[in-house]
Amino acid sequence: MEPGTLSTFLKRGAIWGFIVFELIFFSLAGEFLSFSDKAFMDLDNMLLLFKQSAPIGIIAVGMTIIMINGNIDLSVGATYALSAIVLLDSMTWPMFAGMGNAVIPIAWGLALLTGVVLGALNGLIVWKTGVDAFIVTLGAMLGYRGLVFMYNGEQPTSHLNWTLVDFAEAQFLGLHTATWFLVAVTAAVWFLMNKTVHGRNAYAIGDNRAAATNAGIRVGPHMLINFMIIGFLASLSAVAFYSESGSVNPNDGELYELWVITAVVLGGTKLTGGAGSVLSTLGGVLAIQLLRKGLGHIGADTETVNLAIGIILIAVLLLDRQLNIKGKEELRV
Amino acid sequence: MSTQKPALRLEGILKTFPGVRALDNVSFSVIPGEVHALMGENGAGKSTLMKVLGGLYQPDDGQIIIDEQPVVMTSPLQAKSKGIVFIHQELSLAEELTVAENIYLGELPHKSFGRVDWKKLHAQTDSILQRLKVGFNAKTRVGELSIANQQMVEIARALTVEAKAVIFDEPTASLTDAEKVVLFDVITDLKSHGVGIIYISHRMEEIFKITDRISVLRDGQYRGTLNTAETTDDEITQLMIGRKLDLSRNASHHEVGDVALEVRELSCGALFKNIDFEVRRGEVVGFYGLVGAGRTEIAETLFGLREPTAGQIYLDGAEVTIHSPADAIAKGISLVPEDRKGQGLVLGMNCRDNMTLPQVEGLKFGPFVAETDEVAIFDKYKERLDIRTPGWKQTVGNLSGGNQQKIVIAKWLSMHPSILIVDEPTRGIDVGSKSEIHNLIRELASQGYAVIVISSEMPEVLHVSDRIIAMYSGEIMRTFTSDEVTEDNLIQAISGITSNRAA
Repeated sequence: MEPGTLSTFLKRGAIWGFIVFELIFFSLAGEFLSFSDKAFMDLDNMLLLFKQSAPIGIIAVGMTIIMINGNIDLSVGATYALSAIVLLDSMTWPMFAGMGNAVIPIAWGLALLTGVVLGALNGLIVWKTGVDAFIVTLGAMLGYRGLVFMYNGEQPTSHLNWTLVDFAEAQFLGLHTATWFLVAVTAAVWFLMNKTVHGRNAYAIGDNRAAATNAGIRVGPHMLINFMIIGFLASLSAVAFYSESGSVNPNDGELYELWVITAVVLGGTKLTGGAGSVLSTLGGVLAIQLLRKGLGHIGADTETVNLAIGIILIAVLLLDRQLNIKGKEELRV
Repeated sequence: MSTQKPALRLEGILKTFPGVRALDNVSFSVIPGEVHALMGENGAGKSTLMKVLGGLYQPDDGQIIIDEQPVVMTSPLQAKSKGIVFIHQELSLAEELTVAENIYLGELPHKSFGRVDWKKLHAQTDSILQRLKVGFNAKTRVGELSIANQQMVEIARALTVEAKAVIFDEPTASLTDAEKVVLFDVITDLKSHGVGIIYISHRMEEIFKITDRISVLRDGQYRGTLNTAETTDDEITQLMIGRKLDLSRNASHHEVGDVALEVRELSCGALFKNIDFEVRRGEVVGFYGLVGAGRTEIAETLFGLREPTAGQIYLDGAEVTIHSPADAIAKGISLVPEDRKGQGLVLGMNCRDNMTLPQVEGLKFGPFVAETDEVAIFDKYKERLDIRTPGWKQTVGNLSGGNQQKIVIAKWLSMHPSILIVDEPTRGIDVGSKSEIHNLIRELASQGYAVIVISSEMPEVLHVSDRIIAMYSGEIMRTFTSDEVTEDNLIQAISGITSNRAA
């Protein structure tokens, strides 16, 4: 075996192995502890789990490319909430009155545009000022959330369109609309990162910015594009979720950025950039959702779930570190 | 000398990693008061041996013997307590702290309730600094010191314990000639106090200047020990690479073509001023000077990384301005940077992707990267430059320095530039690969490339260049043709001694 192969394999497959472990554990534990007599790995239960993974998952896919690129985006939760407001409120605007269901694509378009514009704003500031993305998007997180509250005060913004609800609740080949969104987004971004020039350059910039610049790669535009993509995905996530729920509270999406980053890191993407994969991120999202659902299944409350996720996150990073050290020692001959 | 008891002895050290025998029964000893060079190509096992000695690796077999006592090394701290001190190539100092705090880091003298005894700390530090004859004191902040002085702080740290053996790993890599002299004085002083010194370096001149004996490793095996006074660099090189190396002056005179690059009155603030030179196709122009003479800065300006404050650049006779590396690349200028790992390569990426990085934009198939074209480019240059790697999927970070440098060079060759600037082409590269890279540079010139080589190693500049530009403190002192140049007049020029300039 080539040096490092085993640890690389373990690292790549770790998140999926963890998911299998969760499934087995909760199925067995459920037999003894669960109050419900439904099996944990019930098909409907799993389909629901995919659907519930979608809002965080869609954003996490975007966060993966931002982090591969060597940046971070803390404003996704606020972007998500603001896009949701635009989505629901625009359907009630007088200028679209009398359009019937034709307002739906317009509302979607406006919501998605909101995300792209906010993302572009982040990207431009990072590019043109050179201020660290952490600081820029921390400011944006507060600022965009401020806009959310300015819109409707503490009041929720609501509008229920039954055609939209039907669409969002529909199932195609068993999977819900939101799940299909997640699948499509993961596939598209996987292609973007693995097969296109933009993806290749994004990895290079995240790994060694100076070398990328010296190879003639223009760093700024690539970062701008990635921020626009994550803005788009944050609002797409809002579109998928609020088409169904029809009501957005000004606090919605708070802490999403942290859940998203947790999923991405669980999936093995490096905080320092240059390495990571959207497929593993998908694994990270599913692992968290499984954990929540599973702990609920065996009767644990929300506080316990958060504690468990926190511990597991740190344990996983510790394991990753150990494997990295091992891999390095094997190679350093 | 050899009758003396060794201060430190390594006996039959064996260390294997999966698939590789990194050290195969290596024995080595240092006598008090001698400077013992440890030489070998990169990957020969020097670093592994030193890591075993420092307790970072546990040997599979063999013993470390200090003062006739076998010792099991478990950590660098333990090594230090046994009097084995390392001066690493990469400095590890806390820049915000003072010299004294750095020297006694972790061992600050203290009074009751854990209060630091500053008086004692500064007094102890100053007495060590006096011994080293340096121009700073205990309270200086380390961040304000030059690299050479920071290295002195590391050495001072070594002097706080009763050192039996001090290991210098490529200590002169970032030092100027004047700073080297100071370092060598310190080593001589240590020597006279009966300390055994292990000196790891690739630089022959230093080896002959300062060492007493030379031990050579090759492929993890001990190849023999030579008395420095009785050997030649040919003999050492042969031991290291197992063949004879031709480092004679370059004599090939091929056709030199038109002027490809012309620089007039180029200035950039205080970094360099009034730079005039031209490079013709088929010609290698060497830039030689001390660190800080402005050579790298000129290269960076030509590559669009710096804006010049005055002057003109002409490519094939037409004046150009170069705004960015992307701009420079589009105009046919390419740069192999000094810091290969920091600026030349994306270490986590594979060989192929690194090689095609600047041109991947042009290899598109719709929105996608045309990977088969990339593999074709990789295969072509792998063969042409004899890059030794199992395949394109290999991560560049795992290759040896020489092969990494070939990847960087291949990256630019595959773009067919007209001007190739190579900054420190063989820094940190083993002797065997060194001569390959030199030959490659000559070959490229003969194929019609205009090549600029920046180097701090005199034999290298003398070997590869058709003309040599000597720089001192941001100015060109003199331009030599290969017939005029001698080691003496070159040294004089870069030290600012001569004043008869020629453009």
